[in-house]
Amino acid sequence: MIRYLLRRLGLAAVQLGVLAVLVFALTSLLPGDAAAVRFNEQAGLGQITELRAQLGLDRPLLERFADWAGGLLTGDLGTSLMSGDPVTGVITGSLGATAVLAGATLVLVLPLSLVLGLAAGLREGTRLDRAVSAVVLVLNGIPDFVLALALVALFGLQLGWLPATWVGTDGTDLLLRPALLVLPVTVLLARTVCLLARQVRAGTVAALHAGYVVQARRLGVPRRTVVLRHALPNAALPGVQELARTGDHLLGGVLIVEAVFAVPGTATVMIDAVRGRDVPVIQSVILLLAAVALALNLAADLLCHRLAPRSEAAR
Amino acid sequence: MATASFVRSRRSVLSLAGGAALLTACGASADSSSKPSKGGTIRAVFPGFGAKETLDPHVGRQFVDMARFKAVFDKLVDFDAKLRPVPRLAERWEADEDLTVWRFTLRKAQFHDGRPLEAEDVLFTLSRILDPDSSERLAKNSLSLIDLKRSRAAGSRTVELRLTRPEADLPSLLAFTGTYVVSRRYRDPAKPVGTGPFRFVSFTPGRSFVGRRFDDYWDGAAHADELRILSAEPEARANAVRAGEAEYAHEVSATFARTVESHPDVRIVSTPRSGVEGILLKTDRPPFDDPDAAMALKLAADRERLVEVVLGGRGAVGNDMYGKGFAYYPEDVPQRERDVAEARRLARRSGIHGKKLVFYTSTAADSFVDAAQLFARQAAEAGLRIEVETGPPESYFTDIIDTGAITSHRSGAMPIPTYLSERLLSKAPQNVTRWRHPDFDADFAEARATRDEARRSRRYQKLQRTLRDEGGQLLWGHPDWMNAVSSRLHGVRKAPPNTRDWARFDTVWLD
Repeated sequence: MIRYLLRRLGLAAVQLGVLAVLVFALTSLLPGDAAAVRFNEQAGLGQITELRAQLGLDRPLLERFADWAGGLLTGDLGTSLMSGDPVTGVITGSLGATAVLAGATLVLVLPLSLVLGLAAGLREGTRLDRAVSAVVLVLNGIPDFVLALALVALFGLQLGWLPATWVGTDGTDLLLRPALLVLPVTVLLARTVCLLARQVRAGTVAALHAGYVVQARRLGVPRRTVVLRHALPNAALPGVQELARTGDHLLGGVLIVEAVFAVPGTATVMIDAVRGRDVPVIQSVILLLAAVALALNLAADLLCHRLAPRSEAAR
Repeated sequence: MATASFVRSRRSVLSLAGGAALLTACGASADSSSKPSKGGTIRAVFPGFGAKETLDPHVGRQFVDMARFKAVFDKLVDFDAKLRPVPRLAERWEADEDLTVWRFTLRKAQFHDGRPLEAEDVLFTLSRILDPDSSERLAKNSLSLIDLKRSRAAGSRTVELRLTRPEADLPSLLAFTGTYVVSRRYRDPAKPVGTGPFRFVSFTPGRSFVGRRFDDYWDGAAHADELRILSAEPEARANAVRAGEAEYAHEVSATFARTVESHPDVRIVSTPRSGVEGILLKTDRPPFDDPDAAMALKLAADRERLVEVVLGGRGAVGNDMYGKGFAYYPEDVPQRERDVAEARRLARRSGIHGKKLVFYTSTAADSFVDAAQLFARQAAEAGLRIEVETGPPESYFTDIIDTGAITSHRSGAMPIPTYLSERLLSKAPQNVTRWRHPDFDADFAEARATRDEARRSRRYQKLQRTLRDEGGQLLWGHPDWMNAVSSRLHGVRKAPPNTRDWARFDTVWLD
């Protein structure tokens, strides 16, 4: 187990390293650099050259990467090319809103999808099962941004029940105005709950049909015990693995949601950084997101190992 | 390249968001005005620029930056709606006979720290703008004609500026972006102290600015207690005003304007002719080094249709000259009409008929790609084969200085001489049409050294006519500038961006 964990952590470090190189290479392939973008609609070319030298953008690519990577190892993420502020500050300043969004979603996603998936799976073929499955399928087919816009149009603008945007709010307002969270979290939940609920339902159905469950029922073990003790852990297995992928999906969904609702979060920082060709910020945010995704996947694999010791993690 | 395409897809995502507003428009109302009442917080939303936003009034150049600067600072001079200089902190000015020595008399005004405005503050401001060690001071180029070593304070409220060359429009140069007057004790941009109508309270780049009314403002204290200037994407801006989460949204789309026209809670304040939309042709290389080729394109354009389709009908047709409605604009030049037969003849004569031409555009402005595609179809009717290519928006305006024989163009409001000097002189930094003619430069220098206004105007107009006939500018439209305003907010005036009455939150009031 410990060896497995160490191997996975080592692998994660390699993955992050490769990702860092890739992101750096890809951003440098983008047309235009921070200086050209900063002066996009104004100023002569002379000023661009000056600024390029000031920001150190005229140095060779490898040298700039080595600089950044060296800083990373000593915990220094560098300074933003757009604002001149330390990247650490830029990112931590934006983490609050994103963490609240993702946190609220993760807290709700598990109970909701378990309830929906189990309810449908345990009553396979009934009207309830069909209804849940239909809703889940339809919601799953609606892209995040369409759902977000439809919800804004209906609840924000038409009915006026909920805030349509986060314009002018910051982290502290969230505690005072929890209503701000409702629409964005609903959007984030919709897709993830659908994905998970389907997995849980499928797992439950499969487990209930499995030989050991049928046998247990034949031997007179009460249905309740069979479901809770035997079927559920196995049914949860694909669900937990899906949950990790849900984490990845959530990171993508946050980008859309932050854009539509004007949430001042990490995704917004990254979008602005890409627009401004702010390489140090892009690098750091992507590595952070990747680290979170890797951590989620690792946690899921470890959890699977607990639930069903025969899985890959044990080997 | 994943990130680049992501940025673009986000744009299209957001342009769809306009539909959300569209779904929900209903009701009817018109602007009502009442007696100004005091108090309240005004929330104004502008296009956001993330970490690029700044508090430094000599560096920031986005509208959201300039709105903040206008709240905290003042300029010596500002522009009226026709882009003519009007007094602000300078209550009057005069020049000597050869336009190289200028005297500006300052009005009585107070900084937020209680100190009076003095000539030394103006000189400090100019030295900060002209600081040779900074590459980011916006007005550095345009004010480089000021010889600071020989300029001086002639009394506590008189500034004498000496120039290295004659300039009739110095007041205009002092009214443009990046010229706000700061206190001579100004060091830390994070702690701005100005003479403006609102005192600085807080600022988070890309999010929000808070200012509180300055009761001793020289132009009369503001009506509202507090001003919040917020940053957001186009649809979030529009939605915020619709949902009552803000009172003012700067720059909304024609689509949004149409959907809220009949809405009781929102009205559109639309300023006609607030800039220009056009197509630029590089005149220093084939095929447009031949004026006939350029004229073929100018005659092939169906300008009415471009305005109708691309601007949603919210704008005026252009006549290939910048600054319709502004001072020095030659109003008497007949409108250029579409002439497909003549366009075809000129295309044949210049050898571009049927040849593939590339129109290099981008999504840097909402109108660009639509305009390029529509124009390509119009030009096809005259036998011109134009293919539209799309480049990255983030650095488009820098890129087109060198690349693209046919490129997209858009400009906000500025005085005509500024437009000419920044884009059409041989050494102009943004000379995208590569218009390089020493005689044109000489005529321009003569015009700006002409003291008599009528004669100066005639000279500027002649330059504009030359460009219209021989230059690489196909300026097809003058868009209206549209802001969305809540029905609770009164006193919002029509004014092109960059002028005195634009983004003025001291003279507006809430119910």
